[in-house]
Amino acid sequence: MSRIGVAFDKARADGRAVLVGCMPAGFPTVEGSIAAMKAMVSAGVDVIEVEIPYSDPVMDGPVIQRASDIALAGGVRTRDTLRIIEEVAATGAPVVTMTYWNPIERYGVDAFARDLAAAGGTGLITPDLIPDEADEWLAASDAYGLDRTFLVAPSSTDARLAMTVEHCRGFVYATAIMGVTGARAQTSQAAPVLVSRVRQVTDLPVGVGLGVGTGAQAAAVAGYADGVIVGSALIRCLLDAPDQAAGLSALRSLSAELAEGVRTPTP
Amino acid sequence: MSERQPSAGMSADLAAPAGRFPDAAGHFGRFGGRFVPEALVAALDQVETAHREAMADEAFLAEFTALLRDYAGAPSLLYEARRFSARAGARVLLKREDLNHTGAHKVRNVLGQALLTRRMGKKRVIAETGAGQHGVATATAAALFDLDCVVYMGQVDTERQALNVARMRMLGATVIPVTNGSRTLKDAMNEAMRDWVANVDDTHYLIGTAAGPHPFPALVRDFVRGIGDEARQQCLDLTGALPDAVTACVGGGSNALGIFHAFVDDPQVRLYGFEAGGDGVATGRHAASITGGSTGVLHGTRTYVLQDEDGQTVESHSISAGLDYPGVGPEHAWLHDTGRASYEPVTDAEAMAAFELLCRTEGIIPAIESAHALAGTLAVAPKLAAELGRQPTIVVNLSGRGDKDVHTAGGYFGILDKE
Repeated sequence: MSRIGVAFDKARADGRAVLVGCMPAGFPTVEGSIAAMKAMVSAGVDVIEVEIPYSDPVMDGPVIQRASDIALAGGVRTRDTLRIIEEVAATGAPVVTMTYWNPIERYGVDAFARDLAAAGGTGLITPDLIPDEADEWLAASDAYGLDRTFLVAPSSTDARLAMTVEHCRGFVYATAIMGVTGARAQTSQAAPVLVSRVRQVTDLPVGVGLGVGTGAQAAAVAGYADGVIVGSALIRCLLDAPDQAAGLSALRSLSAELAEGVRTPTP
Repeated sequence: MSERQPSAGMSADLAAPAGRFPDAAGHFGRFGGRFVPEALVAALDQVETAHREAMADEAFLAEFTALLRDYAGAPSLLYEARRFSARAGARVLLKREDLNHTGAHKVRNVLGQALLTRRMGKKRVIAETGAGQHGVATATAAALFDLDCVVYMGQVDTERQALNVARMRMLGATVIPVTNGSRTLKDAMNEAMRDWVANVDDTHYLIGTAAGPHPFPALVRDFVRGIGDEARQQCLDLTGALPDAVTACVGGGSNALGIFHAFVDDPQVRLYGFEAGGDGVATGRHAASITGGSTGVLHGTRTYVLQDEDGQTVESHSISAGLDYPGVGPEHAWLHDTGRASYEPVTDAEAMAAFELLCRTEGIIPAIESAHALAGTLAVAPKLAAELGRQPTIVVNLSGRGDKDVHTAGGYFGILDKE
């Protein structure tokens, strides 16, 4: 079982959900992103999701777009992402990578899988790669023992949901809302229904993402899901801060609030 | 069908399955497919089913054909450009898509997709636009079909193309300037995809070219293929033979596919697509995805894209806003790989020289996009003549008119009076 699977099992035994925190590689700088991810780990984030910045992130809302633009303008490269993963994985926290498909295709699917495994990454979340187009990634992830997290959506038919989940390993990513990433005042009504549909076809843990930004929302999602995935709200801590120290401080405090939330699931 | 009067739009054999490609999953060889969020798959499946059923529905095809004829003015003329021919050293026949309502071939695609939107029971359309031509065409169809219409347009383009923004608003559309990324066409397309993910229940994404995820490349081709169906018959009627070559400009590639498709199974007809070479492919400032790009995934499809070593999209450059896109439709990528069509770059300077030549010899102001096809034609004509040992006949898709480009061209030639 992967390190992600172990983290989910342990949380399940403790009667809580796993907190997954997302940060783009190289935002605001390569070193700054490493510091931010380590701060998140020390404040209670269980799993770090490192997003490879991409020029055309169609699933992402304004906050992640802005952070990705800053990272790319700073010259971050795919190989920097691998170094970041290696440094953060050294803390002991599982590190999963979120990436649009073209950077991986350009790097070489097999080569990337090899280097990701060597860096200590657990696997990939692929927002614009569906299993229908994933033959090369299925083979490479098998070859290097990496997890595969495909997304399911409220609009997925039962047949597609079953097919997608069958190709997942590690955990399943349920997109709580029909829309792009970004914290929202209310989380979705569709998410609990989607999670229960996934549970009908698999024992894999289910993470819910898109829209979570507060401890209370995290607690609500923890009431029905195995993992709570937070991105934009954490990134905003750094975007809105006047300097790095203030940003890291805000990031630690929100991480702790969310970590508390996933430990007090509301039914 | 009478000998001299080809029917507008689609030929009857479209009731049959639409050609051999793409395959069932939308692949043209190694290109095409669907690289999209799972949230969009159900909507793409719905569009695919509606498209397939519509293509087999005589009533739908009849309504589309009547709309093209009565509203858009199809079939467009095939005009023998004698004075331009003399300069080209070829018998040049212009497919006058510039005379269509709204001034370009794009009206065929928007009318087809508007009919499809109504068939799917959706009330709202969204679109991306670069120079504004597809946005104006979409706003036009939305007015005609009483659909809500939102057009995404890069902020850089809304400033460059203020008149087209006004046109869209006159037609009742909402224009949303896109302020992220490079603030041009590719970012407008990203934003339209984001809107679609959030509003897919009541909204159709009326994509403007034969690119994007399956089924859009095949669907758009099917709605614009009337260009070639008409031109093939018109050329036979006029000359008694098929042309030696068919030429078109290629950005995303809908006008080129529209005219190529009818000739793909005529091996004696050479197909040439001319990409926007900008300042020259060697300078890196161009929009020639096939001749100057590499295989990648962009906007939901695998095709040739302009990208850096890490797979980040590189900004394209062209004097023609309609060709200024860092990708190309996957069917073109496949026609290139199979060798069935040839793709060559045409620089801004070459295009503008051909633009001026058509103005002065024929009294026709072409779109700068179409001027790339004219320039490419001037370049290949002598080679073809040498190869064939006679004067070649070349059908050029004059895909749009140049009214929208008067300011750009006037500036380029330095003929605008100072205000």
